[in-house]
Amino acid sequence: MRGDFDSMIGNSSASDSLTATQLRQRTRILKDHLARYAVTIGGIGVIIAVVLIFFYLLSVVLPLFKPAEIEPVASYRLSAASTDDQTLHLAMEEQAEIGVRFTRSGLAQFFFTQSGAVMTEEALPLPSDVTITSFASGAPESAIVAFGLSNGTAILARHIYQVSFPNDKRVITPKLEYPLGEAPLIIDGKGRPLRLLTAQSDQEQTSFAAVTEDDQLVFTHFAVADSFLDDEEEEGERERTSVELEGLPDHTAYLLLDAEQDHLYAANREGALSVFDLSDKGQPALDQRLPSITEGSKVTVMGMLSGGISLMIGSEDGRISQWFPVRDDSGKSRLTHIRDFDSQTAPISVLTPEFYRKGFLAGDTAGNLGIYHATAYRTLLVEPVSQQPLQRLAISPRANAALGETADGELHFLRIENEHPETSFHSLWGKVWYEGYSQPEYVWQSSSASDGFEPKLSLTPITFGTLKAAFYAMLVALPLAVLGAIFTAQFMAPKMRQIVKPTIEIMEALPTVIIGFLAGLWLAPTLETHLPGIFALLLILPTGVLLFAWLWTHLLPSRIRHKVPDNWEAALLLPVIALLTWFSFAISPVLEYLLFDGNMILWLTHDMGIPFDQRNSLVVGLAMGFAVIPTIFSMAEDALFGVPKHLIRGSLALGATPWQTLIRVTLLTASPGIFAAVMIGLGRAVGETMIVLMATGNTPVMDFSIFQGMRTLSANTAVEMPEAEVGSTHYRVLFLAALVLFTLTFLFNTLAEVVRQRLRKKYSTL
Amino acid sequence: MMVKWFKSGSPWVWLSAAAVSVCILMVAALLGLIAARGLVYFWPKDVLQATYHDPRGESYRLIGEIQDTEEVPVGRLRENGIEPPGDESVYIRYLVKTGNRDALGMDFRLVLPVFLSDVEYPRELMVVERREWGNLYGYLREVKENGRVVAKGAAAAEALRVRLKRTLELFEKIRHIEKDRIGAINYQLERLRLQERRLDLDNDHDPAKRAAIAMQREALQEEYETLQKQRNELFPLLNRDSFSAEIMDGRTVEVPLAKVVRFYFPNAMGPVDKVGHYFAKLWEFVSEEPREANTEGGIFPAIFGTVMMVLLMSVLVTPAGVVAAIYLREYARQGFVTRLIRIAVNNLAGVPSIVYGVFGLGFFVYFLGGNIDALFFPEAQPTPTFGTPGILWSALTLALLTLPVVIVATEEGLSRVPRSVREGSLALGATKAETLWRTVLPMASPAMMTGLILAVARAAGEVAPLMLVGVVKLAPSLPVDGNPPFLHLDRKFMHLGFHIYDVGFQSPNVEAARPLVYATALLLVLVIVVLNLTAIRIRNHLREKYRSLES
Repeated sequence: MRGDFDSMIGNSSASDSLTATQLRQRTRILKDHLARYAVTIGGIGVIIAVVLIFFYLLSVVLPLFKPAEIEPVASYRLSAASTDDQTLHLAMEEQAEIGVRFTRSGLAQFFFTQSGAVMTEEALPLPSDVTITSFASGAPESAIVAFGLSNGTAILARHIYQVSFPNDKRVITPKLEYPLGEAPLIIDGKGRPLRLLTAQSDQEQTSFAAVTEDDQLVFTHFAVADSFLDDEEEEGERERTSVELEGLPDHTAYLLLDAEQDHLYAANREGALSVFDLSDKGQPALDQRLPSITEGSKVTVMGMLSGGISLMIGSEDGRISQWFPVRDDSGKSRLTHIRDFDSQTAPISVLTPEFYRKGFLAGDTAGNLGIYHATAYRTLLVEPVSQQPLQRLAISPRANAALGETADGELHFLRIENEHPETSFHSLWGKVWYEGYSQPEYVWQSSSASDGFEPKLSLTPITFGTLKAAFYAMLVALPLAVLGAIFTAQFMAPKMRQIVKPTIEIMEALPTVIIGFLAGLWLAPTLETHLPGIFALLLILPTGVLLFAWLWTHLLPSRIRHKVPDNWEAALLLPVIALLTWFSFAISPVLEYLLFDGNMILWLTHDMGIPFDQRNSLVVGLAMGFAVIPTIFSMAEDALFGVPKHLIRGSLALGATPWQTLIRVTLLTASPGIFAAVMIGLGRAVGETMIVLMATGNTPVMDFSIFQGMRTLSANTAVEMPEAEVGSTHYRVLFLAALVLFTLTFLFNTLAEVVRQRLRKKYSTL
Repeated sequence: MMVKWFKSGSPWVWLSAAAVSVCILMVAALLGLIAARGLVYFWPKDVLQATYHDPRGESYRLIGEIQDTEEVPVGRLRENGIEPPGDESVYIRYLVKTGNRDALGMDFRLVLPVFLSDVEYPRELMVVERREWGNLYGYLREVKENGRVVAKGAAAAEALRVRLKRTLELFEKIRHIEKDRIGAINYQLERLRLQERRLDLDNDHDPAKRAAIAMQREALQEEYETLQKQRNELFPLLNRDSFSAEIMDGRTVEVPLAKVVRFYFPNAMGPVDKVGHYFAKLWEFVSEEPREANTEGGIFPAIFGTVMMVLLMSVLVTPAGVVAAIYLREYARQGFVTRLIRIAVNNLAGVPSIVYGVFGLGFFVYFLGGNIDALFFPEAQPTPTFGTPGILWSALTLALLTLPVVIVATEEGLSRVPRSVREGSLALGATKAETLWRTVLPMASPAMMTGLILAVARAAGEVAPLMLVGVVKLAPSLPVDGNPPFLHLDRKFMHLGFHIYDVGFQSPNVEAARPLVYATALLLVLVIVVLNLTAIRIRNHLREKYRSLES
């Protein structure tokens, strides 16, 4: 402005004015450049933001498939340990800072896992002239250990860790506790030394099973007697039952009780196994005998997974097999071989289950450590820890650290990184044999109230549901949308077209929550009561329309017919179709009365054996079809309308009827465009959330029946995402579901887009 | 003749015409259904009184509104153990709203009209809308003050009217004290607590600052106590009035007026009264807060939340979308890369909305929000401030979702600006930026407007992503209020679409809430249809304009 003003009043020197103009010019150019940079940066930024979605989803999903990692932290011998005192058991507390080692002489040594420095030592209250002859540890989260003694008694102890915060510093104080008292409990009334022992204990009951020196099996059970006075557990209030059992395999070497104290497993090295049913504690009984569980190899170790259902058997050839009770056809539960892990080759020497997941650690005599997950059928890692055989293994409750003892008495402390062992291609997409199921199945069941729950994260049923919903929606939408587009583009009067197109656009803009709510609250009950009507409509509608058309063109006096302008058929049909629909629904109860004895649903479920949900695929198909129609309609109509007019006119001029022209010329030319429209519609149907959420029962069933509901990827995500804990496997699997959706729709859309661009090129050349 | 007709293909043309008709009819039916059900909700229905000879029990007096009528095949009735008297194949069944949930246990009854006798519509039947337990239907008996009868019989209605008016005024006063003033004090107290915590965290032991906080706190406490005293003085006044009414099973129930919203005698109302009532209810619907777990009252917070969120989203999406479109159309070199980007952008328009929700939750809420909390709001930890779903994240997520709409619309607008206009501007010496700013953008602005309107319409109706990033069924406070900083971007909000889902599907009393859901749906549909029609209008107008420019 300054330059303008100066030159206007003309009192500045020429050079001054020149620089002023130059300056102005320069600012303009600068501004131009700035604008260029700003827009470029802004534009690219927006585009990057858009690409970010994909990569962010991917970054959340990827850790699911990361293998486990271990990192050795320290190796040491416990300073105070006498070398000849054999280790019976190792364990760690929650933080993995303090470990405990139980020894053959009845000593519990608490030590720092980082350094191996002994913190405290506690000796068991062993009576004099009695020695420890056997040892057992309970379910890991119960922290129970039991020592079998040479006089037929046993001591039950728990190692517990009290956390306090004096001066805002965390201090962990370990100690031993005796839930059933310090005095040894009589297991074998005859006082024989206990050669093998197994024990489980919880709030209500404690069970012991022992094999005595002369190979007799004794089962002893302590129940807390009901006390009405106070909850304090006191001596003498327990009921003891003790039974001797028959059916032990020869030379039994392994004895295990499950955490529920309902089953007892006994096996020998050759692989003969007996299962005892303990559900009646007064009368336990031999339930099943398996002659060989290892296919010729020798059993080297036996353990249970968390939850106490699965039995893991390690054998001499390095194989680990999983067994659990499965109900057979007669409803009797039988111990069944489920799956094998054979990633290790040396004889398995020790098996340790994780506390809360279905994973476990395995050590072998070559010093290798294996990390596995049973449900996912996944070997996460096999790595050497030492050259010496691994003899004892402990895992921390959070499964982030392990402690192993080798044959030379050295302890190895390792950090484990293993966040998401539950997922594998097998567990996400394949049939998985879950605990308690009678066969492998596809199941989605992400959470449950109980501990030791096995998450069932198969995406197959919900992906199936997604495709099923999309299929039924397309079944409704495809004929209506494509036929409608054909008529609108090819035959409809321009005036009517001006009404129809915005109507369809409004249809497209309707929020899906409204369609879904009507589908769930109005359509579903209406269809349920007028089920025969809707099927009758399928027949009545086309025949009625054709009949009307025939009457209109052939019987109506042409005087009246010519009063209606050409190509207004659709408008003419409006009242006809409304009438036909009303008629179908009106005769629905009559049909139901005549054909189905007054109740079609009862007929379906009873006579045909087809289960019926009120919110079923029919409802979803109609509602989602409604939502998809406008998408397909608009794009197909565009493609058809864009067919060059001279092609059509040429065909008509050569004597083809309008319909022939349409089939042979227009449709053929526009077919890629219609294909693209269908793809986009399919993409929309796959990703639609609210309609399926509201119009189905959201049960993840794998059934193609039109009378049943489904659970889709999108609805599943919407329902479960808010409850999923950030960073958990469930959370990441839900992200994976979103990624699957993203990829599915992206594929459909890209295909459509490429086809469309080609078509556009073709039209421009025609 | 028939064969020839079929050979000509004309039946197929008719069938394809039928497809169009079916689509149009479906749209019309959907809109009609919502409009019919939504609009009827506010109309006072007559209340019937009759004797119902229950086929499965004894006869009793029935008082209530007919909410719905349906046809039931006889087979289904038999399945329920009902043997109808006639031999028809279909029977009419009413859904009667009997109200009085506190006394009768249920709101609704299914009634077969064939078992009804002595149907009448007494003018004295009263409907009372209450703050809890739903409506009361019955005969007004007495009006009481502190348990003493002040009016009965014919004079009772007038006395009730007067007393309800003063009770409502008191109620409003107390509400103002509790919600607005005490609410503000609590908000400030919480801020003081956070300030103090902040000082602790910063190891700032300046006694002056602490003293200032303590002083403010004391002042607030004092104010709080006065307010509480005021409120406590009002309570006995509020609770003094009550009335008693005889309900359908003959019992007399007593209801304190503090629990009453309004009462009316529908059978005695003339058309003018009914219209008045209709608009009063309509106004209540759009201006009041919901009652009784969202099944009664208004939806004002949902309207407000939707509008706020959409406004925020518009502010975010418009510049981003326009800049991206300008870059793509005006600055980027056209070629393979821009084609790829266009495909990607078009594709994003087809990505399911729930995927955006998942992304928003993971990236915006947990990642961005979590980091913002750690950096700027350490004093509030472990309570998240931005690390939890809220209106800002909802607006951002929906901005991302509607970005393709704005980009595509703006690009189309830019591409329609004739080359001659640009070249003319450049030939006169304008730089590219000037040409854009002065000529191209103004010409394309209606197209941007169209894009924005479509984006707003889409955002207003989108629910699935919001369920993850910020919507709640009942927000205690609006995202805008009188407490600084006035606009609370971290708050959760209510949304019309989610309201429909929640009340229609998650409500404990779906039957009672259903009419309200229809009314809400009608409002949402209206907003969206109007927005879309506007966009279509602008677009058509624009096309005309450019056609004239090009020629």
